[in-house]
This record gives sequence, C-alpha cells and structure tokens, in this order.
Amino acid sequence: MTGKTAIVGNGDGIMVFKAAGVDTFPAEDEKTAKEIIRKIAKEYQIIFLMEELALSLTDFLKRFDEEPYPVILPIPSASGSTGYGEQTLKSAMERALGVDILFNKN
Amino acid sequence: MARLNVNPTRMELKKLKARLSTAVRGHKLLKDKSDEMVRRFTIIIRENKRLREEVESSLSSVMKQFSIARSVTNACEAETAFSMPSVSVNVECETESVMGVDVPKVSLLSKKRTDELPYTYSEMTGEADYSVKMVSELLPKMVELAQTEKTVRMLADEIERNKRRVNALEYVMIPQLEETIKYIKDKLDENERAAVVRLMKVKGKAN
Repeated sequence: MTGKTAIVGNGDGIMVFKAAGVDTFPAEDEKTAKEIIRKIAKEYQIIFLMEELALSLTDFLKRFDEEPYPVILPIPSASGSTGYGEQTLKSAMERALGVDILFNKN
Repeated sequence: MARLNVNPTRMELKKLKARLSTAVRGHKLLKDKSDEMVRRFTIIIRENKRLREEVESSLSSVMKQFSIARSVTNACEAETAFSMPSVSVNVECETESVMGVDVPKVSLLSKKRTDELPYTYSEMTGEADYSVKMVSELLPKMVELAQTEKTVRMLADEIERNKRRVNALEYVMIPQLEETIKYIKDKLDENERAAVVRLMKVKGKAN
C-alpha cells in the first residue's frame, strides 16, 4: 500500500517540508490542529506534528495508538526541542518495563 | 482467597482440574510472551532514542537554516516559491507483526526526479536550497523514527495488557482453582470416611 505524508504545524517551519514534497497543513493553535488531524487521519499514513501543538493534545493522540496507521510523530519546531518526544518515550518505557533503562545515568 | 462456588462432586473436580491445567499452561505461555516482548522492546526503544536524538538535532539546524533563508527573502515571494512542490513523498506502508502486535512498517519510495528544488535559483537564496536539501535527506530518517516510535508505543501498551493477564492468572485464577480443588477433595474424602464409618457401625464392628 502506498501512503502519503503530511505535516501539521505553525509558522514558517512547515514550508520547507512542502518543498521536500510533504503535504502541509498550517495550524496556529491546538484546536485547529486537532480538527485537521481528525480530518486527515484516514487519508494520510504518516503525520508529522509540531511539538508545541502535540503537548496539549496528548490524550487525543493516544487514541491513534490502537491501530498501526496513521502514525503521528511529534517533531521539534524552529524553537528547538521541548523534550516532549523524550517524555513520551519515557512514559512508554515506564509503563512497559517499570524501570528507566535509558535516561538515568547514575 | 475465595474459592469458587461449586458443588463438591467428582464431576466438578474433574472439570476444575482440566481448567487448572489450562490456566497453568496459559500462564506459562503468556509469561514467555511477556519476556520476549520486553526483550524486543528494549532493543527497539534504544534504537528509537538514537534516531530521535539524531532527527531532533538535525531538524533544529534545518529549521534555523530555513529561518535565515526566510529572513532574507520577501515573505510573499517565499510563499509562492515554496507553494508548488516539484516532488512528492510517497511511502510504502505495510504492517509487521511483532509478537502478535501489528505494527507499521514504512519505507520511503525513491523519488523519480533529481532536481528537487521547486523554484529557480534566481528566486531564492542559497540558504533555502540547503535547507530543502537537508530536509529531503532527513525525511527517510524521520519516517523511520515515526515507525519505531509507533512500534514502541504499541508494544508498550501490549506489554502492559499482557502483564495484567499474567498477573490475573498467577494471583487470582490459579490460586482460586487450586483452593477449590482442595476443598472438593477434602469434602469427597470426608464423605468417604463417613461412609466407611457408617458401614462399620451397621456391621457392629465399631461402637
């Protein structure tokens, strides 16, 4: 099956992805982002989402974890990483293993 | 531990014994599954962390590069230059089974065109060329990261669910069955002894 990729985000950052061939959906706040994702979830298999928007949509994004597609990936924007990706990784690890095997360095 | 509410008969005993052996076998299988899933999970999560760090660092540099490009160009011009992409990203989407969990498996299809820039060189500055090129190079990694991260999340959910099943069998189901079996056995033995004593009494051998 051939799938499509999309990026949902705010600001100019998404424009460069458009040039690279990723479909862009501008969303200034969480509410519009949520609406857009709901609309495009069936059509696009891989959706990149700016971390700033993903932060407050954690619960909403959880429901996509039941099925293999669509894959929604939070990515850092121009202002740098907010640590959201690390946070989700950590919570998944703690739920599955009960211990932190990656981040504690003592 | 509460025992099940059943009649202490041989029939029930037989049924319960069958259930217990199934439960024990199921418990062992689920435990093995859990162990294997955890093993795979640790491998995938390490991979995920490595990819994430890589993508995050390159992505922020791309973004910075791009904002420089944006700042030296007229906003309107930039908008038009970027709005008509000459390439499109296609991904091959399949599912793969990791210990019975369907996880996504995606791979980027190769692009047909080589001239990736959607605009002419006179329209935009060189910085923009760089950032577009870097994003194109980064995309396979990002797609891979998307795949592993989803796998991690799905596997984590499945491990959690499986753990609950194992615990339910180990700490509820199996003790309950064992206790009920013991209760029925005791009851049957007791009945048997009562019958023997009664017979002895009838024959006048005991007083």
